[in-house]
Amino acid sequence: MDFTGLDLPLIWFILVGALLTGYAILDGFDLGVGALHLLTDTDDERRIMLNAIGPVWDGNEVWLVTGGGALFAAFPAVYAAVFSGFYVAVMLLLALLIFRAVAIEFRSKQSGRAWRRAWDAAFSAASIGIALLMGVTLGNIIAGVPVGPERDFTLPLTSLLNPYALLVGVTTVALFMMHGAIYLVMKTEGEMQRRVRGWVNNAIIFFVITYVATTMATLLYMPHMGEPFKERPALFAVALAGMLAIANIPREVHHGREFRAFLSSVASIASLMALFAVGMFPNLVLSTISPAYHLTVRNAASSPATLSVMLTVAVIGIPFVLAYTVAIYWIFRGKVRLDSASY
Amino acid sequence: MDVELLARIQFAFTIAFHYLYPPLSIGLGVLLVAMEGMYLRTRNPVYERMARFWVKIFALTFAMGVATGIVMEFEFGTNWAVYSRYVGDVFGSALAAEGIFAFFLESGFLAVLVFGWDRVSPRMHFFSTCMVSLGSMMSAVWIVVANSWMQTPAGFRIAGEGMEARAEITDFWAMVFNPSSMDRLSHTLSGAWLAGATLVLSVSAYYLLKRRHTDIALRSMKIATVLLVFASLFQLFTGHRSAVGVSRNQPAKMAAFEAHYDSSAPAPFYLFGWVNEEEQRVNVGIAVPGMLSLLVHGDINAPVTGLHAFPPDERPPVNIVFQFYHLMVASGMALIALGFLFSFLWARGRLAEHRWALRLGVASVLIPQVANQAGWFAAEVGRQPWIVYGLLRTSDALSRTVTKEHIVFSLVLFGVMYALLFALFLFLLDRKIKHGPDEPERIASEYEHQKQLLHG
Repeated sequence: MDFTGLDLPLIWFILVGALLTGYAILDGFDLGVGALHLLTDTDDERRIMLNAIGPVWDGNEVWLVTGGGALFAAFPAVYAAVFSGFYVAVMLLLALLIFRAVAIEFRSKQSGRAWRRAWDAAFSAASIGIALLMGVTLGNIIAGVPVGPERDFTLPLTSLLNPYALLVGVTTVALFMMHGAIYLVMKTEGEMQRRVRGWVNNAIIFFVITYVATTMATLLYMPHMGEPFKERPALFAVALAGMLAIANIPREVHHGREFRAFLSSVASIASLMALFAVGMFPNLVLSTISPAYHLTVRNAASSPATLSVMLTVAVIGIPFVLAYTVAIYWIFRGKVRLDSASY
Repeated sequence: MDVELLARIQFAFTIAFHYLYPPLSIGLGVLLVAMEGMYLRTRNPVYERMARFWVKIFALTFAMGVATGIVMEFEFGTNWAVYSRYVGDVFGSALAAEGIFAFFLESGFLAVLVFGWDRVSPRMHFFSTCMVSLGSMMSAVWIVVANSWMQTPAGFRIAGEGMEARAEITDFWAMVFNPSSMDRLSHTLSGAWLAGATLVLSVSAYYLLKRRHTDIALRSMKIATVLLVFASLFQLFTGHRSAVGVSRNQPAKMAAFEAHYDSSAPAPFYLFGWVNEEEQRVNVGIAVPGMLSLLVHGDINAPVTGLHAFPPDERPPVNIVFQFYHLMVASGMALIALGFLFSFLWARGRLAEHRWALRLGVASVLIPQVANQAGWFAAEVGRQPWIVYGLLRTSDALSRTVTKEHIVFSLVLFGVMYALLFALFLFLLDRKIKHGPDEPERIASEYEHQKQLLHG
């Protein structure tokens, strides 16, 4: 296919963003369910929690893998700098992702109480850890990192865990808890669902507090993230849409419209990712040493030939991906039913 | 140890551990298609029980493959940042295509495979099995294409200079169909089929030894034997084609395979040996004279390019490559013999009779694993000192910001994680195998039980 005349780096900025947003939306509720996992007490309830995400969680993780691959292909300089620069965080993240998979897979394989309790704790801790680490990394990306002329950097663990990044990390955990709780409302019924509705309310309060704190901190300490919104006031609509989406969630839950509540939650995650993308653009990695070393969609992109080939791949592949993502969610729609194939 | 060696050890460790599982999934996937296809054709419930059992094993190997595979997707960036910048244009696009075309397909339909028995029709289930099998092979396609480009780069140009230099795609299809990709892909896929075939053979032989599930075991064993015979012979063919390709495209690697130093001499083919790299000769080896010349040039007296044709800093380590290569070849030959043995026993109607043959069958699952690992080690160590053959040295490809402490940290972290993972894998595999296929009454009664629960 011929894509001459298109702004390919911009398109790939949007596509990589879309893949990572897809990951945040889909694995977000898996991580949220994991974070809430220990709030239940009986084995049956915990099995319902696990089986609510059972058929879909590893497919959801593929969005991260593909997002990583797309970043590698479209912006190799960013892929190289970010993953080597955040070395320890990335390795911990990978170890936790493995650990979560292990916990999900192996919990159901033995019926002993100690065995299951131990894996329950592992599953929940890994889920919270993954969300937290992702948020912390995001916070550091917003704050900027010491990228030098050689286009790479190192960040000691102590400066990685700065207060702003930790705040973004906690906000991410809260966001996914809210999202996961709403997903669980769709997947549960009866007495359990009544309690899950209570979690939704608490999670929304938790999230709104952290969200307001993060927004204030960003405006005060990361003013560069606000510049694009000052230049183009129309973009404020994105922030507004996100807030309306969050406000809409308790309303839909109250009226028992579970799926619409979930869509609102999806919209709020998408708008947060969009705010982040708008605030960063056209930069992908900000240098704290000099703006000359920023990695941008222009100077970090692959050749036009590669971006064009990759766009062909995406144009062919993405309709298939969406089709079978929808198909799988359709097949496994409705309330969780435990059967012989369940976790 | 220096950072480069540590980084190579870390990569080798994580990829070798990962590579235990995808071949099993690819091979089992093909057999699952055969089993469910038999069920749809014959409607014999034995095949359904067989497929249900093997899907459980498949789910386990697949989960291991996913869990260890995510690491690989990011490890290029963490440890090999310079490499990532250099090849992102080419290698990154193959990885992204793998994600879009293969991983989504596999993981999506796997849900139907494992959880969908009572939710979709048998035809839809069969379709999902085909898609998972296709997806698993597609992932092999893209990753082997990407790796083959590192062996025989094509369809690119070098843009920029010094630190800024990088490979840019000029011709996508020339990159995909680079000189070694199709030979290496077919070789890798048949190695994976062998891994799946011997797993089924091994478990079936175990049941026959224990006289349990004999009906399912015999039928499974026959399906596995068909794949074993086909794949082991196909492996010989693709192996030969690969070797001819290596001698043409990476003569230093071929010379290391056979520890052949002198370019003016015809080359023998060793059955085994131990290379003395200082004296540049093979100690205590048995060789067929002129055999390598015959295999690659069709002439027993034709000279084969030797290691002397390359400056010392462009030669791979010889003995280790020699050993891995010959271990792979020997394993491949053993698999051909195994295939003949079991088809002979089958033809005589004696598959379940000889305990020694069944014990051999049980052990056979290890042979393709050895061959697959040894083959990859030979291919990758044989490419040294290059990370991209002739273009970029491994020593130049490291992340500049990553220190020895970083790598030791991640090596220990993954060492602990993978030891835990491997112990659990063996434990669960053992339990699933000892439990065996569900009895027909059990499947039916559970189904009834669920129906009662659901509809009161």
